[in-house]
Amino acid sequence: MSAVQALRAAPEPARNLEITVDKVSHGFDLHGTHLPVLDDIDLKVAPGEFVALLGPSGCGKSTLLRLIAGLDKPTHGEIAANGRPIGEPDPSRILVFQDPTLFPWSNVWRNVATGLAARGVLASESGRVDDALKLVGLTAFARAYPHQLSGGMAQRAALARALVNDPALLLLDEPLGKLDSLTRLTLQAELVSLWLAKRFTAILVTHDVEEAVLLSSRVLVLSDRPARIKAEFVVDKPYPRRRDDPDLVALRRQVLATLGLPT
Amino acid sequence: MSQASQLAEPFAASEAARVGRPLWVPGLYAGATWGAAAVVTKALPNVIPFGSDDLFAIIVGLGAAVLFGLAVAGPRAGRAREVLDHYGAWFIAIGVWLTLWEFTTAKTGWLPKPFFSAPTGLLHVYVTDWQRLLICIGYSLRLWGLGFGLGIIAGYSGGLALGWSKRFAYWGMPILKFIGPVPATAWIPVTFYFFPTMFEASVFIVALSSGIPVAILTASGVASVDSAYYDVGRNLGAKPWYLITRIAVPAALPHTFVGLFMGLYYSFAVLVVAEMLGSKYGLGWYVQFQSNYSAYANVYATLVIMAILCAGLVKLLFVVRDRLLRGQKGFI
Repeated sequence: MSAVQALRAAPEPARNLEITVDKVSHGFDLHGTHLPVLDDIDLKVAPGEFVALLGPSGCGKSTLLRLIAGLDKPTHGEIAANGRPIGEPDPSRILVFQDPTLFPWSNVWRNVATGLAARGVLASESGRVDDALKLVGLTAFARAYPHQLSGGMAQRAALARALVNDPALLLLDEPLGKLDSLTRLTLQAELVSLWLAKRFTAILVTHDVEEAVLLSSRVLVLSDRPARIKAEFVVDKPYPRRRDDPDLVALRRQVLATLGLPT
Repeated sequence: MSQASQLAEPFAASEAARVGRPLWVPGLYAGATWGAAAVVTKALPNVIPFGSDDLFAIIVGLGAAVLFGLAVAGPRAGRAREVLDHYGAWFIAIGVWLTLWEFTTAKTGWLPKPFFSAPTGLLHVYVTDWQRLLICIGYSLRLWGLGFGLGIIAGYSGGLALGWSKRFAYWGMPILKFIGPVPATAWIPVTFYFFPTMFEASVFIVALSSGIPVAILTASGVASVDSAYYDVGRNLGAKPWYLITRIAVPAALPHTFVGLFMGLYYSFAVLVVAEMLGSKYGLGWYVQFQSNYSAYANVYATLVIMAILCAGLVKLLFVVRDRLLRGQKGFI
């Protein structure tokens, strides 16, 4: 796999990050009423682990990711990275959204370079932008503008924009949710190989049970809002995994049953 | 559409590009209408003389010759030919217009002096008064350039602050919404009190008229930037200065340009009014001065200059916008 080869050539190994979510509750004030979203979430994610969060629509999965990224602060409880409380967003923990949210006024290269430019290191480390583009197979599209990209290419560019910062933690908020099913299958495989190569810690929010059991080493099922952790499944299968692996099919059925959906 | 014709069409287009199209037929008609304008000017006697008949006949006659030449021996393909094909009807219409205009004014007097002027009359103004007109253009451009430049700098900075900072918006937006609809010329009495010279007062009025739309549009543009862009920026380690200059500014740029176009038109309208208030030179002053003597040919000739100047500046702004927004879909 070319992505893996490109990663092996990367100069430094990724740092790893352990995330501790300690009794976190969170809510929003909507029209004067308090809307609880997260209820007493306890979660530990080990360095290099790939955790999938599954749950009903609007249950607060995305909110949890925003809290871990440091974009919002929890109402109660604490979230820590390697034991240090998270207060601010940091390029070591990067959130990838369902929409690529590329800047339409910049070309792909400038978009991917955003993190380096924002921290003022672009001049000395611009080679990393080219490496990241190579990693996601977009070298030929470096000068293209976002509106010229397909959905899959745009999401690859968004991944490159995250990976260029060599994040220790990648927070994936349904990153493949809006892609067509064939592109999704391709990108699922690419995500796994990127993770295997870089060994960052990954937390993936998804609606797709098959995607969760295929990619992650642990699946957490959340309840309806306010979300609590309802069930946990360890996926103890080596990579690369096959979609039709009987154990994974059985696990998928189990997870669907937990979610109260027909199998 | 059948598959065969789908295939045939691009082929036919490329074939035409190689061999070229035949005669530029509209050019023949256009040459005829321009020629008619020359003949009418020269051959018919004047009921009302406006002067410069010979020069006008020579100019439109040369125009006719050029159009005939382009029709017969002009480009058969490429960009130049596309331009000719596109504007063919306009060239014909201009010839018709010039002929009728000259006929109904100088040749018959149906449209009487001093309210109407013949095209020869406008030309005569340029021929006889070009030095003063050039000076007036210079003065007007200086006033407009200073006013518009200062106006958009102030308006843009203010708009950014209003769009970015909640505290600025709290105090600034109501004030801006209050003074925004007031025509800039309504401030003239106050302005004359505060500014020591007429020129500075005029600059201020022009600046106000161009600055306010830029400020309002920039503020609303910055305020409506998708917050997801800021989330991405913050997540990637951007400080507020980076968020403003690299996210808010480019994201709001399409709005800002709408404001700039509005400001350009307003400032031009206000420019003329400002110059009518006791300037020594300038196109507005010239219009005012000549109106007082019922020299409407001079007024119309000046209006043509103003229209061309304004259209040129608008075109320039379009070029700048298209360069700056070249990546963004839907604006080019």
